[in-house]
Amino acid sequence: MSDRPRHLFVERQTYRRRRLQDAARFLPVLGIVLMMVPLLWSEGAEGVTMSGAVIYLFLIWAALVAAAMVLSLYLRDDRSEPEDSPPESRREAGR
Amino acid sequence: MNTVNLLILVCTVYVALLFLVAFVAERSAMRGRGRWLRSPMVYTLSLSIYCTAWTFYGAVGYAARSGLEYITIYLGPTIVMIGWWWVLRKLVRVGRAQRVTSIADLISARFGKSNLLAVGVTILAVVGTTPYIALQLQSVTLSFASFADAVGQPGPGDGARASTALWVAMGLALFTVLFGTRNLDANERHHGVVMAIAVEAVVKLVALLAVGVFVVWGLSGGVNETLARIDASKIGNWQMDGGRWAALTFLSAAACLCLPRMFQVMVVENADEAHLRTASWAFPGYLLLMSLFVVPIAVMGLERLPEGANPDLFVLTLPLAEGQTALAIFSFLGGFSSATSMVIVAALALATMVSNHMVMPLWLRWTGGRASVSGDVRHVVLLSRRISIAGVVALGYVYYRTTGGGAALASIGLVSFAGVAQVLPVMIGGLYWRGATRLGALAGLSVGFGLWGYALFLPSLGGGIMPQDILANGPLGIAWLRPQALFGIEGLDPLVHAVLWSLLLNALTFFTVSLATFPTPLERLQGAQFVNVLNQAGSARSWSAGAAQAEDLMVMAQRILGAPEAQAFFEQEAERQSGRAVRPGALPEPNPDFLQRLERELSGSVGAATAHAMVAQIVGGASVSVRELLAVADETAQMIEYSDRLEAQSKELAATAAKLREANDKLTRLSVQKDAFLSQISHELRTPMTSIRAFSEILRDTADVSPEEQRKYSSIIHDESVRLTRLLDDLLDLSVLENGQVNLNIRQGDLREALDKAVSAAAAEGDAGLRVLREDAAAPIRLETDFDRLGQVFINLIANARKYCDAAAPELRITTRPLSDGQVQVDFVDNGSGIPLEARDLIFEKFARASPQRAGGAGLGLSICRQIMERLGGAVDYLPSERNAHFRVTLPATAAAARPARGKPKLTN
Amino acid sequence: MGKRVLVIEDEPNIIEAIKFFLSRDGWEVFTHSNGHDALEAVDRRAPDLLILDVMLPGRSGYEILRELRAQERWAKLPVLILTARGQTKDREMAAAAGASRFMTKPFSNTDILEAVRELAEA
Repeated sequence: MSDRPRHLFVERQTYRRRRLQDAARFLPVLGIVLMMVPLLWSEGAEGVTMSGAVIYLFLIWAALVAAAMVLSLYLRDDRSEPEDSPPESRREAGR
Repeated sequence: MNTVNLLILVCTVYVALLFLVAFVAERSAMRGRGRWLRSPMVYTLSLSIYCTAWTFYGAVGYAARSGLEYITIYLGPTIVMIGWWWVLRKLVRVGRAQRVTSIADLISARFGKSNLLAVGVTILAVVGTTPYIALQLQSVTLSFASFADAVGQPGPGDGARASTALWVAMGLALFTVLFGTRNLDANERHHGVVMAIAVEAVVKLVALLAVGVFVVWGLSGGVNETLARIDASKIGNWQMDGGRWAALTFLSAAACLCLPRMFQVMVVENADEAHLRTASWAFPGYLLLMSLFVVPIAVMGLERLPEGANPDLFVLTLPLAEGQTALAIFSFLGGFSSATSMVIVAALALATMVSNHMVMPLWLRWTGGRASVSGDVRHVVLLSRRISIAGVVALGYVYYRTTGGGAALASIGLVSFAGVAQVLPVMIGGLYWRGATRLGALAGLSVGFGLWGYALFLPSLGGGIMPQDILANGPLGIAWLRPQALFGIEGLDPLVHAVLWSLLLNALTFFTVSLATFPTPLERLQGAQFVNVLNQAGSARSWSAGAAQAEDLMVMAQRILGAPEAQAFFEQEAERQSGRAVRPGALPEPNPDFLQRLERELSGSVGAATAHAMVAQIVGGASVSVRELLAVADETAQMIEYSDRLEAQSKELAATAAKLREANDKLTRLSVQKDAFLSQISHELRTPMTSIRAFSEILRDTADVSPEEQRKYSSIIHDESVRLTRLLDDLLDLSVLENGQVNLNIRQGDLREALDKAVSAAAAEGDAGLRVLREDAAAPIRLETDFDRLGQVFINLIANARKYCDAAAPELRITTRPLSDGQVQVDFVDNGSGIPLEARDLIFEKFARASPQRAGGAGLGLSICRQIMERLGGAVDYLPSERNAHFRVTLPATAAAARPARGKPKLTN
Repeated sequence: MGKRVLVIEDEPNIIEAIKFFLSRDGWEVFTHSNGHDALEAVDRRAPDLLILDVMLPGRSGYEILRELRAQERWAKLPVLILTARGQTKDREMAAAAGASRFMTKPFSNTDILEAVRELAEA
């Protein structure tokens, strides 16, 4: 009886972790795209002002940092999965 | 106290503080209380050596010249860091798993531990980094001079500048030697250095922020005013070179991965992979803060400072101009920190490479590997590191002195970035593509390095190094080879041009040559290790893990089964799985079926339990490094060799035992013979005695014996007495010969004559039924031996033939032949049926008659012959032949050529 | 006509000696010199007494004696064994084979004569 829900729970957790990893993989791609946006801006006096450019770049920069921070809080490497023994002890055991 | 002296004092105190910090950190680490030294934050701060004096001073100058482009230098690393899940995670994992000591070591390890590659990367790193170190020295000198100028005090002249740089260089070398080579940690971690760098990271960030805050809120009057001023300044309009924007972002991202100093703090000094998680957002945050006030400072500098002021020093000169001496000193400290931390780590990283891949191999070769076991290698390594550190710093200083500074700080930084970025294709290829080969890497690096040097580095050095003519018209006037317009592509920014071509052709060459060449087994193994590093320890294995395992299994199997056998086995398995012929080197899928067969195959060599354990180690994903596993395999191979030796020995033992049994059998037979000896001798003696006695009694007791009978019986008595005497003589002879008490009468003579004598003597002794044929050697054979004894042997052999040859028309063929080694061979071959197999090894024993029915003698003849020939330094043997009795006498032509008497179980009676 | 004696012995000189003194004693002496066809020689000569050497070319004297004793006709034939081996073992073997008398070489002629006479009278 108790087996089934727990199993489901683990599955869901694994699923979550996978999607978080996907997000971690996607973040730099998003970063590149956003940082390359200035390439599209028109130059000169009638174009984007310097202050606008500064604000845009630093805002997306800060957003990326924030997103990376949030992800890093939830992101666990494969090796530290709960069902695995800690990497250090396993390495010791292997010798 | 004047301001310059104050500055010097503050700097000295600051340096002393850094020494103290490093010292305390080392002490704590040694006492095992160093956990706090290795927090994620310290790791993140240590990464800040990315921000050098170039960043600290140069970014503002860059912004003042080119607007926001400077920001790309930080955007690249930001993308790398937030994208850590892609590359950094793997890089750090590999670095830790393989215990790499530098980026050169990483590349070398990936491509089959090729030292050539390591040397190549090291040279690339030294060439790329030396100008950068020079740049740091220059920035310290320049900032010091500007400081002195600005406060209106006598600044140092040119000579004093040089000495400033020298003092700084020496101090940095000393620091690096002290804390970089304190011990030879297997992990290459330097707690003191990292801690000092972290402190410096904080100092430079806070210094820059302080200047920024002063500018924005102190000078400009707030954020909005600052933004307005920005828009009003000469960099107020958005202008950019799209190519440079993208190229610089890419270049800085590449540099973040490839710079030796970045690799040092990011991978080598990494204490825990989890730190990377924190750094993934904290380091971009640090970079953001570092660059946040760059534009405001630049704009304010442009606005407030006189025309012609060096924008590279705005960070320092702006507070000075505003009379904020304390802030200026702090700012100077920030720049000083940036410069020194970079030099320290760069020197450390380069010295590790130079020492490990250039000095040590040379030293080991020079000493012939004598010291490979003794402890003094450690000492030598440390010494070599220290010298290398001093050498690297000295190189930077010399570079600074010879170029005299002057070039814009930013440009040399970018040139350096482009140089080290040449490692990127090989590094990424090595991490993600198992097909990458050593030759491909070598070729790619060479092409990239060459193009970088040709199109960017040499032209950047300015006048003299690369002639203006080549720049303008190309070498030998070949226009499409112009360094800054390769293949006729003009109009590109020189940097973008060089980066584009060098990296493009680098990657292309790397890829193409890799496709065309075949990796060595070690390369393939390392490739599998690198590419699959994330899967190996994980519980969930993807499909790619299978190939890695097959590769590992293959390598292990080779160690145990031997390379050809293992390859044949794997190919056969691959064929079985695919159901058709496969190309050589194909690997089977490690499915349970295959594993079972492999285990069985291995267990033939190492035993089932070990085989199972070894296969399980690889397949089960246990975190034993393959290197260790291979060590086990080597040991096993040694054990197999040892057990082979044991087996050989036991075979030898068995052979010896068989020989012993044989000898024992012979002894048993001889013992039976010896028993028979007494009755034999009794019989041999009694027979003639019987005749003698009988006829003596007849002569004595019988009255009417006719004279004729009398004569006949007397002669019988006489003959039998002679026979008896001869028998006793033989026995005596044998006894003397066996006891070695014989005196040889050695003289010179001719073999043919000796044989003639023997043949006629033998003929005189018995009936003439035997025909003797002679085949003498063409040349007379001179001998130096005892001819009486030799004749005795010959007569005996001839008499034997006469006695035992059972042919209808008995014939004996005697052949003489000189041998090359000073021996002489005489063969006696008759046309009889020969001696039965079972009797052959007994005929030379006493009283052993091959066929009793024709026994004339006592059976001592051959026994005596053998004894005589041994005394003469030769031998008499019976040659096994199908039909004929074939005796061979071998003897030395001279006494000097005699061979030692053969050992023979002696049976004395 | 005297009694018939067969001497099976391979040494011609010994045969000569035995023949000399037995014929003088009135025996008709037949001789045979090898072991191969010794039995046939016995059948042919049908002796009243047999003098048998042990060491014969072809077959040993004991062997011949055993086969003789196995035949009804020669079961009672007096046989004098002569041998150059005089050990106890040889004496026992001779007795086991069925010898009537055992004598070692060299022998005394008179001893042989006496033994032959005794065996013939018995």
